[in-house]
Amino acid sequence: MNDKAQKTLVGSNLEHILQDGQFAVTGELGPPQSADGEVIREKMILLRTYVDAVNITDNQTAIVRMSSIGAGTILVNEGMEPVIQMTCRDRNRLAIQSDLLGAYALGMRNLLCLSGDHQNFGNHPTSKNVFDIDSIQMVKMVADMRDEGIFQCGDEFKGEKPCFYIGAAAAPFADPINFRPYRLGKKVNAGADFIQTQLVYDVEAFEEYMEKVRELGLHEQTHILAGVGPLKSPGMARYMKNNVPGILVPDKIIDRMNEAGRPWADIKKDEMTKEDKKARSQAWREEGIQICIDLIRELQEIEGVHGVHIMAIEWEKAIKPIVEGADLYPRPEVKV
Amino acid sequence: MIVAEQKPLEEIKELIGDAQKVLVVGCGTCVTVCFAGGEREAQILASSLRMSSKLKGHPQDVTDITVQRQCEWEYLDPIGEEVKEADVVVSLGCGIGVQAIAERFPDTWVVPGLNTTFMGLPEEQGIWSERCAACGDCLLGLTGGICPIARCSKSLLNGPCGGSEDGHCEIDPDTDCAWQLIYDRLERLGKLELLMKIQPPKNWSTSRDGGPRKIIREDLRLIEEESAS
Repeated sequence: MNDKAQKTLVGSNLEHILQDGQFAVTGELGPPQSADGEVIREKMILLRTYVDAVNITDNQTAIVRMSSIGAGTILVNEGMEPVIQMTCRDRNRLAIQSDLLGAYALGMRNLLCLSGDHQNFGNHPTSKNVFDIDSIQMVKMVADMRDEGIFQCGDEFKGEKPCFYIGAAAAPFADPINFRPYRLGKKVNAGADFIQTQLVYDVEAFEEYMEKVRELGLHEQTHILAGVGPLKSPGMARYMKNNVPGILVPDKIIDRMNEAGRPWADIKKDEMTKEDKKARSQAWREEGIQICIDLIRELQEIEGVHGVHIMAIEWEKAIKPIVEGADLYPRPEVKV
Repeated sequence: MIVAEQKPLEEIKELIGDAQKVLVVGCGTCVTVCFAGGEREAQILASSLRMSSKLKGHPQDVTDITVQRQCEWEYLDPIGEEVKEADVVVSLGCGIGVQAIAERFPDTWVVPGLNTTFMGLPEEQGIWSERCAACGDCLLGLTGGICPIARCSKSLLNGPCGGSEDGHCEIDPDTDCAWQLIYDRLERLGKLELLMKIQPPKNWSTSRDGGPRKIIREDLRLIEEESAS
């Protein structure tokens, strides 16, 4: 961590917690597909005091939503700390830098640099993508703005520099799997202060990844937050296992979800009442939350895991029971 | 080579409208090799247009002719008469061929019969795939001869995104992950260390982003300096 100590402290809550060596908790907030700021405020209340910073997605899955910086501004105004996401899909290097200057001026201090989901998956599949730079180049660009005081082109800042706490993503289980720890190394070398991983359900596989990460010494140069998320149903678990690249869902977790729905297993499909379905869904969700809590406990034991990032998209209510259940509440107070 | 595919017949008919005299011009180079716009395809298209216009009760006079290369004046000049007689020319060349005809014959209405798709190669009989994006600053020397600009869906320069699975790209199971290919090849050749260096942002000014491109080779130009001045 010696290199890090010399870096400019940006003074964010998340940075303080991680630098203090405390186990960090962040949560994800997906902005609405509308201009309704109330949605942000409502979701924000569900996360308030339970997470150290709120990660706000940037047109996730390539679906148009309120901008991350716009939603982040609402959070800042309400006294909460956002992590802004920025993807390479929609903006070139001019737009990224310019938006980040604005975000910094509006009070945002944490940034997650992402390539971005391809627009094929979203609601504008005929759009043109940008990908002027990639996520690693973005990390370097933002680190250079902060640490060297230069724009990507090399021009020096004449006024205040944007000093972001810089994050990047890691996909430990995507192919080519042997390259993944090295790709993480590239992100760290580019200047990533913290790392948020893809959802982890297979702790054993993640441990193997972390072993390699430790071999490379990366856990001492950056703060790794393991991605976790509560499952809503066995179907969701199977879907992720079979359809989402880079997510491993072990059978034992799918079995646990199935087991939770056992009391309703013998009821024929057309004989299920609305109440049955509601009760089954409730049972599944409770188990999903419990699995998430158990995962967090296991992840906490892994050397080099410095926190968790909870992704409960469109289920922000789940954050509270997860954080409480994992004995991560109350969150540490930070004097900024 | 340049790979193209023919537009749907209905679209071509719409582009032609009710022009009386139609000339289909094939091209004997790239689009012949990819079976999109060579002599054979020009003949078939002309015949289809004739039949279809006949069936509609307004027979059009559709003929065809194929030149060796639509993108060079010397091959276009010999068909000047035929072109000038036509009310509309349907070019079965790539986008360059269409424009060459428009440029060489300022009074002729020319429409495209193909969609020019990419620069690539035939992987096997009947399958073509993209290989080059003509970015103007070749980096194949860093990636083992596999282009991430043309072949990675996000044109990433520092390795695969999280969407690489079992060798294919998440956007389509039929699309190879370029970075898996690059990784495998560099591994085989013992050159994985090439992937460890952070590649800086690319200079896209040599690509289309820098505006329309032009190469001027003074050593090859035939300028009659005295008469020019």
